[in-house]
Amino acid sequence: MPRHGLLATLPALTLALFLAPVVAGLIGTWLPAFGYFPSLGGDGFTLAPWAKLFAQPGLGESLRLTVLSGFLATLITFLLTILLLAACHGGRLILALRGLMAPLIAVPHAAVALGLAFLIAPSGWLARLVSPWATGWELPPDVAILQDPNGLALTLGLVIKELPFLLLMTLAALEQVRAEERLAVARSLGYGPVSAWLKAVLPAVYRQIRLPLYAVLAYALSVVDMALILAPLAPPPLAVQVLRWFNDPDLSMRFVAAAGASLQLLVVAGGISLWRIGEIVVERIGRAWIAGGRRGGDGRIARVLTTGLVMTAVGFAAAGLVSLALWSVTRRWRYPDALPSEISLDNWARHAPEAAAITSTTLAAGLAAAAVALVLVLGCLENEQRRGLTLTNRALWLLYTPLLVPQVAFLFGTQVLAIQAGIDATWAALVWSHLLFVLPYVFLTLGDSYRALDERYARTALCLGARPNRVFWQVKLPMLLRPVLFALAVGFAVSVTQYLPTLFAGGGRFVTLTTEAVGLAAGGDRRVIGVYAFLQALLPLLAFAAALALPRLLVGPALRRKLRPAAA
Amino acid sequence: MSVIDLSHEHGLTLSRVEIALRAPGRARRILGPVSLEVPPGEVVTVMGPSGCGKSSLLALICGTLAPALSGSGRVLLNGEDISARPPEARHVGILFQDDLLFPHLSVAGNLAFGLPASIRGRRARRERIEAALAEADMLAFYDRDPATLSGGQRARIALLRTLLSEPRALLLDEPFAKLDVALRARFRAFVFDHARAQGLPTLLVTHDPQDAADAGGPRLQIDAEGHIPGGRPADRGHRPG
Repeated sequence: MPRHGLLATLPALTLALFLAPVVAGLIGTWLPAFGYFPSLGGDGFTLAPWAKLFAQPGLGESLRLTVLSGFLATLITFLLTILLLAACHGGRLILALRGLMAPLIAVPHAAVALGLAFLIAPSGWLARLVSPWATGWELPPDVAILQDPNGLALTLGLVIKELPFLLLMTLAALEQVRAEERLAVARSLGYGPVSAWLKAVLPAVYRQIRLPLYAVLAYALSVVDMALILAPLAPPPLAVQVLRWFNDPDLSMRFVAAAGASLQLLVVAGGISLWRIGEIVVERIGRAWIAGGRRGGDGRIARVLTTGLVMTAVGFAAAGLVSLALWSVTRRWRYPDALPSEISLDNWARHAPEAAAITSTTLAAGLAAAAVALVLVLGCLENEQRRGLTLTNRALWLLYTPLLVPQVAFLFGTQVLAIQAGIDATWAALVWSHLLFVLPYVFLTLGDSYRALDERYARTALCLGARPNRVFWQVKLPMLLRPVLFALAVGFAVSVTQYLPTLFAGGGRFVTLTTEAVGLAAGGDRRVIGVYAFLQALLPLLAFAAALALPRLLVGPALRRKLRPAAA
Repeated sequence: MSVIDLSHEHGLTLSRVEIALRAPGRARRILGPVSLEVPPGEVVTVMGPSGCGKSSLLALICGTLAPALSGSGRVLLNGEDISARPPEARHVGILFQDDLLFPHLSVAGNLAFGLPASIRGRRARRERIEAALAEADMLAFYDRDPATLSGGQRARIALLRTLLSEPRALLLDEPFAKLDVALRARFRAFVFDHARAQGLPTLLVTHDPQDAADAGGPRLQIDAEGHIPGGRPADRGHRPG
């Protein structure tokens, strides 16, 4: 129908915009992995890159680190999430946490990792707070807490960062499965709170959070920026090692890097498959457990335990951010003093010009990516509603593709294509590369609110003679102002957090707060790191604050005028 | 002598209307076939248990049938077949159980949304809206936020908004169901009086027998299978004139 003209092409365009680079990038990575890369003299297909990859010293150790930290982090995050919700369902704590989690999601991974590093390092804030009176340490102890050989610091960082995401996704899922009714039935049959939740609610909720959970696992198995800060580096986890090979001055290492990137994809695919098998086993055991009819206790221990652990995780994240801020204004902070002895704004003044330039790059890329994503998502949702389409499960998988495929596994191929297209190291390439990851999050954030709007408003407006476009601009958009601004803030935050896409698509021309903060991490000057990491954390938080405040400012005066009591 | 039956020229006419669920394989009929005539100024009531497709019938008439459903048959308004038109071009007003006033617009903003753009000029539009409010004894509410109004007041504003859009027929989807008993009778009278005064063919769906009694017009019953026992009510309801 002509009424759908331009709008009807949007879903296809959107899909192409964010799937084509992933697919093309994967092909562009797999071909060199099998020796085909003409510009470097690889004209035929060979297994040599794989042979060379498996001959690399330390590959086994890299794999061990990757698998250990990836699975451990995902498992802890998942267990903490469900046990906390089971033990504290409907409590005030959950409400309070929901408020705390939203800003935590906004804080970029690198800032969380750097904050954690400042906190738990042998010379970190925690050690300073208890030294020397409790520990007797006059000098930082010589223990590898950071970059420990088992990647436990990385695991902790991942848990702190992914917990808010999974918690909020699960809370959203709870509303869809009518958890209250299920719980009420189970409780009235005599089940304790935790047993009731695990037996009557979890089976339904799990189906809803499966994809977000896979995304957490995929991320944990392939993280680069957090690993550069928290994981051991000789040898590092696989994804970091692959990045090193890509950056090796010896160009022939690109073949090994491509094979390594492809191995990274296999690791994630294998990891998700393994998790799926685990699901089946647990489901079978769970059925028997549910059928057993044991009612369970009052859940007091679970409540205390999970509350304590989750609060510790939140506390670590918050204290990490505070220590970033503190270091950014520190002139002198001797070990083991609990606080800096001299404070000044010198660090900020010294780095102001450069920081301002880097901040504007970050802002511009983030705003552009979020705005483009918002337009595309609104167009898709509006098209979906006008044509009565519903998002199928398969489409949801497509949406999650960029979140499930490890970045390092396809960004190299995408970069090669960008060079061939002559757009590498341009603003367009930078924004586009961010868009791949911004789009899914904006869609997931806005989709539910958009569909939840009572469709009779639109029907009423149509029957009053308004054309569909007028209904969109004058009815739907104003009524959805809050979720729209929130989705914009989410998109912006996701863009700020991007590390690898900025490196690859930016071709070294663009420096954002994230690449700068991660780059500085190796240097170890805490004052400078403090400045950039704090800015990096601050920017998304400001975006969320603006998204919350703007509707009030926009609607405020007009509403107050309208609320004026009618003259009698 | 005219060969055209004038009674078909005015009012709302449904001719062998059916609604089916689009299902893979074969479509499953959920309502109809229904044929009926609603002359100008008359209120025809359709009654039936919930889930029998009453609301879908109204959605079909105003062109907002859910995409999972398919409709067939013809809908004629004042002699014109409107079945293929988009909802905004049908001039069919509808009131739901909820008033659905737009929360981001003031009372006047809501009414202005309904007022056709053909009424030009800020002043002229304001006068039309004020006249409508004055008629409902609600002039003082011009600038108010709909959220500050009582249920009865909101319901009246919703009707005024629909009437200001200059509909040629009025559909009522249980608009009295959520009001308390005393208010219900008054609002019902308010709606029916306006519909009759403007000569609007009005189709009411409800399961409250009192609604039907007050409407005074012909009544037809849909059973749970979507059938209408008793044949064509249009024959009974039709009054020449």
